Amino acid sequence: MGVTTSTQTEPAPLPPGEEQDLILRQVTGELQDKGFVIASVDKLVNWARTGSLWPMTFGLACCAIEMMHAYVSRYDLDRFGVVPRPSPRQSDVIIVAGTLTNKMAPAFRKVYDQMAEPRYVISMGSCANGGGYYHYSYSVVRGCDRVVPVDVYVPGCPPTAEALVYGVLQLQKKIKRTGTLFR
Amino acid sequence: MDQALKELGGYIRDTLGSSVEDMGVRLGELTITIRRDDLLKVMKFLKDDANCQFLTLLDVCGVDYPDDDERFEIVYHMLSMTHNNRIRVKLRTDEDTPVDSVTGLFNAANWWEREVWDMFGVAFNDHPDLRRILTDYGFEGHPLRKDFPLTGYIEVRYDDEQKRIVYEPVKLTQEFRTFDFLSPWEGVQRMLPGDEKAEDATEEEAK
Repeated sequence: MGVTTSTQTEPAPLPPGEEQDLILRQVTGELQDKGFVIASVDKLVNWARTGSLWPMTFGLACCAIEMMHAYVSRYDLDRFGVVPRPSPRQSDVIIVAGTLTNKMAPAFRKVYDQMAEPRYVISMGSCANGGGYYHYSYSVVRGCDRVVPVDVYVPGCPPTAEALVYGVLQLQKKIKRTGTLFR
Repeated sequence: MDQALKELGGYIRDTLGSSVEDMGVRLGELTITIRRDDLLKVMKFLKDDANCQFLTLLDVCGVDYPDDDERFEIVYHMLSMTHNNRIRVKLRTDEDTPVDSVTGLFNAANWWEREVWDMFGVAFNDHPDLRRILTDYGFEGHPLRKDFPLTGYIEVRYDDEQKRIVYEPVKLTQEFRTFDFLSPWEGVQRMLPGDEKAEDATEEEAK
């Protein structure tokens, strides 16, 4: 089975309907007939990565409350395959939700280092983005990008749950756009 | 309510005598100021006396008055569940003079005295474990002192070559600015730039 790489831009995904059913029937027919389908691996990998972004639970302050709101029933990040994990070993993305203090910085970096590649970082809220309200404080890191590389910044103080969901979707978009087997 | 508190304050002052330097009821709250050396005696009395029964220590905190000789004020808040009363006990100290620890009487004081030590640098005698509690490991200085700069002395960043968090002297891209949030017709100086010329002119005319 070869890997096909298309240089053309892909058409938009088909909405559910007769056309989609037709293609699905063709694929199913092909599967039953030959026993395999040909698709591009990088797209498959991207699909798998974006479809199950497991975030490390890293609530540091009030932003964590909004993060919880994004996880539970109203906005329900579960439906994007975003399931909070209690261990860095199982996580793909870390959501820095709140004020990162000097004392927490080494621990935060350690957690980040323990995550498996490919790993992503969402910086949530003013404090994580650039120190925010505590920018001139003696005990706060002026932005978590001083400690780890950040993929998506979600602005707000705190950002609403919707904003965080939007940030997660933006991260999915970014992974789809830049996604390669090796980062 | 105030009357009852005044009576209680009077009772405490009469019983403890010279240990109590000042007693007063303001905004419905009883406050006594005591001599530093008599702290343990006073606290034991407030805890054990049948009319006081302040068995709960609610808070220990510090205040910095940098212009005074004894610049630090240590404040104890206590609650008597038995009599539904609260009391505030204050005493003064300076950088070098330690205060007796009340952990022997109230276990709750342990962490609060550590916090006061951390934030103000006031030491406590006979404290079982007087370490910093809030600030970073290896932190230097006492941040709530008025002479401690807002931004502190060090900042952290991850060093990609050393593969660890490093501490560096603070470098700010923009200095901290204080804004005057008073309303424009109360807060501003009446003198606008250039106004002094007009005054000079009138003064010269008067001459």
